[in-house]
Amino acid sequence: MKRTIVPEIKKELIYKLAQRGCREDDRTLDEFRPISFETDIIGTAEGSARLKLGKTDVIVGVKLQPGEPYPDKPDQGVLMTGCELKPMAHPGFESGAPSDDSVEIARVVDRGIRESGMIDMQALCIEPGKKVWMVFLDIQVINYDGNLFDAATMAALAAMNSTSVPASRFGLGEDFPLPVNAWPVTTTFVKLRDVLLVDPTFTEELASDARFTVSIDDNGHIRAMQKGLKGALIYDEVIRALDIAQKLSLELRTRLQTGE
Amino acid sequence: MLDEIKLLDKDGMRLDGRKLDQLRPIRMEAGVLDNADGSAYIEWGGNKVIAAVYGPREAQPKYLQDPSKAIVQVSYNMAAFSSDERVRPGPNRRATEISKITAEALESVVLTGNFPRASIDVYIEVLEADAGTRCAGLTAASIAIADAGIPMKDLVAACAVGKIDGQLALDLGKKEDNFGQADMPLGFVPGTGEISLLQMDGHMTIAEFKAAMQMCMAACKHIHELQRDALRRRYAVNYADMSEPEAEQ
Repeated sequence: MKRTIVPEIKKELIYKLAQRGCREDDRTLDEFRPISFETDIIGTAEGSARLKLGKTDVIVGVKLQPGEPYPDKPDQGVLMTGCELKPMAHPGFESGAPSDDSVEIARVVDRGIRESGMIDMQALCIEPGKKVWMVFLDIQVINYDGNLFDAATMAALAAMNSTSVPASRFGLGEDFPLPVNAWPVTTTFVKLRDVLLVDPTFTEELASDARFTVSIDDNGHIRAMQKGLKGALIYDEVIRALDIAQKLSLELRTRLQTGE
Repeated sequence: MLDEIKLLDKDGMRLDGRKLDQLRPIRMEAGVLDNADGSAYIEWGGNKVIAAVYGPREAQPKYLQDPSKAIVQVSYNMAAFSSDERVRPGPNRRATEISKITAEALESVVLTGNFPRASIDVYIEVLEADAGTRCAGLTAASIAIADAGIPMKDLVAACAVGKIDGQLALDLGKKEDNFGQADMPLGFVPGTGEISLLQMDGHMTIAEFKAAMQMCMAACKHIHELQRDALRRRYAVNYADMSEPEAEQ
């Protein structure tokens, strides 16, 4: 991403507000922006969702096709996650090969889904060692205002839950819904000096020293974590973040499951 | 050739129930993205396309800069999930060509002389494809440029015409595109009567070409109305709805 400058005075403002428990958009420190989403928006995809987190706007499409399993997991389906940060979404995004940022986002989303056992991969086996379903999860960002990790994960969950395996198209029996077992929800924090903010906007991301994403499953257990940016976190901060994430994930999961 | 596939029924109606000179349903909206300077969304039959415009901004890399006028750069991209077969992300020869001809079509209407050394960057993302994405993309891109407040001679309206079961047909659908005998995308500028994009593949006689052009230009005029309407909905102010400001006590 092209270098974007945030004035020191703006950084100072965000920090001063945060110290008092406030933010520029009147949220508290551990509050998400408004979330809205719709599913089944792309007819050509087997599952899809468009999710808005504040002004961040993400479309996720799921495609399935039969393919070869990995040799070390001959009886399991394959999940491939891709993320495109196109210049459409932000003046700082450049066209060309996937950037480091987009690779990181794709891998963090992938990890949360994979490690939680969200999809029953064994149910996606067609013929052990020869043929399994390959699940392509593609994340397309269309407007970027921070926190793609959570927006993309939530959109991915909603899209997967609306996915139908196109078995009949490939002559492999009847279509069936993608077997979804778990709902791993991520919560992302940024750290500004000594304060933590949930669901950062683009400006808050620029002003921050460190970023921390945690994926929590239905049982409140941790399934994946990712620390980013140049700053460091201390132990107490991580514990505090995990505590907040556990609480928030309950609410987010219910919203995604009920579609409200 | 798979000539067995019938694209017209005995009453001359098409697979989706359209008449030969009938467009698919089209819906357009201007100003759909926050970050872009201008944007537009179009649903055209089964096509769903977003166009975003950034600029005029400094052209990068610098050697691209033209000291006398702005350049128009277009990036046409199909989302991985936009087609029945997953599209491998990244540029391919088809996307490169469509980007180039779309840029040329737009450059002919944008008043580029107003912005020396600048670039007007247009991003067209096809979210769902159902034949005719380049026309939908060009149509949306025109709206997006206008939405960005960039002066233009006129909007470019685009539509395709083709030949199915030996008959000229407007705005081909996917099956008609695959099994028809010709496909001709046209970008038309109603205000000046100019053609800013024209491609053709297949087989047509001169007489057929003339008839096809007439059919397609008429359709473009209709699409041009829809484009203007999308901009009007975004920018028009209805003075009747505006109440007098309350007098301060």
